[in-house]
Amino acid sequence: MSEALRKLPEHLWDGREELEVLTFEIAGEMFALEAVHVQEILDLLPETPVPGAKPFVGSVINFRGKVIPLADIRLAFGMEATTTTIDSRIIVLELDIDDEPTLTGIRTDKVHEVTTLEKSHGEPPPSVGMRWRPDFIDCLVRRHGEFIIIPNLKTIFSAQSERNQQAQQG
Amino acid sequence: MSFPDPIAVFRTEAAELLEQVESGLLDLNHDLSDKEQVDAVFRGLHTLKGSGAMFGFEALAAFTHHCETAFDQVRKGIVPATHDLVTAVLGATDHMRALIEVPGGDHDAASETLLTRLRAAVAAAGHPAGAAPQAAAATPAAPVETASSAAAGQSGQKSGIVTYKIRFSLPQNAMANGTNPIGLLDELAELGTATIRADLSRIPAIDDLIATDLYVCWEVELSTDKPRDAIDDVFIFVMDEMQLEVTVVEPQGTTAEPPAPQATPAPVAAAAPAAPVAPSTQSTSAAAVAAAPAAAPAAPAASGRGAAQADAKQQKAAENVRVPAERLDELMDRVGELVIAQSRLSQLAGVSGDLMLRAVSEDVERLSGELRDTMMVLRMVPVAQLFGRFRRLVHDLAIETGKAIELVTEGETTEVDKSVIERLADPLVHLVRNSCDHGLESADERRAAGKSPTGRIFLSARQQAGEVIITIKDDGRGINRERVRAKAESSGLIAANASLSDQDLLQLIFQPGFSTAQQVTNLSGRGVGMDVVKRTIDALRGTINVVSRPGEGSEISLAIPLTLAIIDGLLVRVGSGRYVIPLSAVEECLELSVEEDMRSRGRSFISLRDSLVPFIRLRDLFRTGTKPDPFQKVVVISTGAERVGLVVDQIIGDHQTVIKAMSKLHHDVVTFSGATILGDGGVALILDVAHLVAAGQQQEAHLRAAG
Repeated sequence: MSEALRKLPEHLWDGREELEVLTFEIAGEMFALEAVHVQEILDLLPETPVPGAKPFVGSVINFRGKVIPLADIRLAFGMEATTTTIDSRIIVLELDIDDEPTLTGIRTDKVHEVTTLEKSHGEPPPSVGMRWRPDFIDCLVRRHGEFIIIPNLKTIFSAQSERNQQAQQG
Repeated sequence: MSFPDPIAVFRTEAAELLEQVESGLLDLNHDLSDKEQVDAVFRGLHTLKGSGAMFGFEALAAFTHHCETAFDQVRKGIVPATHDLVTAVLGATDHMRALIEVPGGDHDAASETLLTRLRAAVAAAGHPAGAAPQAAAATPAAPVETASSAAAGQSGQKSGIVTYKIRFSLPQNAMANGTNPIGLLDELAELGTATIRADLSRIPAIDDLIATDLYVCWEVELSTDKPRDAIDDVFIFVMDEMQLEVTVVEPQGTTAEPPAPQATPAPVAAAAPAAPVAPSTQSTSAAAVAAAPAAAPAAPAASGRGAAQADAKQQKAAENVRVPAERLDELMDRVGELVIAQSRLSQLAGVSGDLMLRAVSEDVERLSGELRDTMMVLRMVPVAQLFGRFRRLVHDLAIETGKAIELVTEGETTEVDKSVIERLADPLVHLVRNSCDHGLESADERRAAGKSPTGRIFLSARQQAGEVIITIKDDGRGINRERVRAKAESSGLIAANASLSDQDLLQLIFQPGFSTAQQVTNLSGRGVGMDVVKRTIDALRGTINVVSRPGEGSEISLAIPLTLAIIDGLLVRVGSGRYVIPLSAVEECLELSVEEDMRSRGRSFISLRDSLVPFIRLRDLFRTGTKPDPFQKVVVISTGAERVGLVVDQIIGDHQTVIKAMSKLHHDVVTFSGATILGDGGVALILDVAHLVAAGQQQEAHLRAAG
């Protein structure tokens, strides 16, 4: 693929050179999410499975009196769910799903820190050589000799909800 | 803290005002001499014009101005109220809605048509009174011209000119509320010759000055031939909050110069204006003439003000606070959390032996319970809000269909959750239209059938055990069963000559695409059928019941839960999960005996008092993957005509709870209508009984196909 096509997604950086993010770990990979979307980081809560729901959002939790879905983004990428550890946390995010602000929890193996990522260190997702679906990833950012993955949650969730809708219609 | 969009606030307010105006107009249509309604309509229109202009809805303000002028004439007795006029203004209110919805749209032609109609109505009404009011009505500016010409005339005219000394002050926050003192002064000046002096004494030092507050009082010397009423009219909309002193200075018999006598330090009590002053200074007959009109209006003015004050009192009693629904939802969430925290507290208190702690815990329990009850009541509004709209609808339908229709409403004070009310509006409109269009016969037909020529539509609401029953009843021809059957057969809904119970036959009208209207009218047959009604009511977890007697009329009852926010449910356990079954659907609970359990392996039926009831094993449906409890329970539920048993592991008990909607990410899961938070903070899902049964049937079919 030519360099020209492989651009960093502008909607993420939006003209900014730096991004404030929260880093966390899932299945041994380091991820980052824009800090502004993060509402809260919680210890694991009792989960209520929702029979018939997609495994990716297979349960709900009680977040301060609201019932919100708990997503396991591993499953969105088609990977095995892992068992929880003492470091497991839930990150609660507010995302626009179909233009409606929606609270969602994401189960993570470990939450690290709030830090700043630089655009100059970013790279678009390679089309091969990665175990994650490339369209679910906004970009990769090099830092301290490792890559941090910024997932495209909007795509992940809307792809899932589209698929859900199809399943419903079908 | 976010502030609501002022335009949106205006729109809500305008919608309410228009509803009030409409309701006033409809009342007026019943009794054309109802002065109170004339005033109410006028006030509504005036306020709409004023706030419309304030929020930049210029077209609306200009258009409303004409209607207001017309009503002003009625109010002043220049033109009597007529049915034509009321109908014209009713039509105009629709146009005002359009002007509010699409302020920039192209409304000129429509405006012109309506105004022509309005003018014609006013002219026709004003005819007996002579040409002058007609002219005045045709050009709304005319009254102003008359006023100024009267003032310009200045020579002693038939009606004497009186000089009033008016002193008024408005509350400090008047401007924040949208009152413009300049407008008031302009209106005063239009009454005659006015000298205006501002009293600046109340203006504070600059440090204390609040830019949006009003500190200025005014003194106006007004020479006018208008009655004292006219002055009160200027202040009619601010009367309740302001201070107003009106004193008669001197009747002007021969000259209307802004008079020197204004220096006379004779502030006379407003209550007894003419009597002491007039005779003392002048003894001309002009004075007597002047005194008479001045004195005469004093009484009505006073009583008018008294009425205004009484109105204000009533308003205070019924004062409402407009709160966005989402804020109420937030509050509800907080209360929900509090209830959960409280139940944890009482658990702790129960374990501990500390009496003080127990006492506190009991207090908190009582308080949070009360708080929850209050919270529920906050969301309730009377159905009058909903029914009010139907008066207009029926009025229009009567004109459209050429039938005489009377709407009778009952139980308007019945309270229902606001969200329910809003979602009921469309189905009800449809049902009422249906009754008017299909149900009621024409006047001739009715006479031939020995009924009164006026058809009646009854709309009633009442509460009954956690539900509100809304009934739409007409005394028309009733549902024609043959036609329903023929239609159903021709569209393949039922087999030819299939035997159906009467109730089942009547329920056919709720099938999609079902319309017995022989011709497509403006009212029905546009593809929006009763199936939409049915779907909406289903979504509200309500039921529809149809009763129809040929020749006597039909009655459709909707039973809707009082609130969408709370549910009475039966809490059950299936595997490790807890679920709520809506209590309204539950018929009975029984134990699934071991023998029956074993016997039912091949077929999922139990016999219940000699009838077979199919059942669904929720453990299988939910794929719990746990070992079943030794004593399985069956919860028998009814969905419509069907009875189905749900096999669960344990019945925990009654549970009244706040319903939380499922998130968008779970919209594909139709077996649950929502979720709820239990006392221990856990989440339980609420079963959607109808969908669950459908899902169970699918699974059965699947198993049969596989097995």
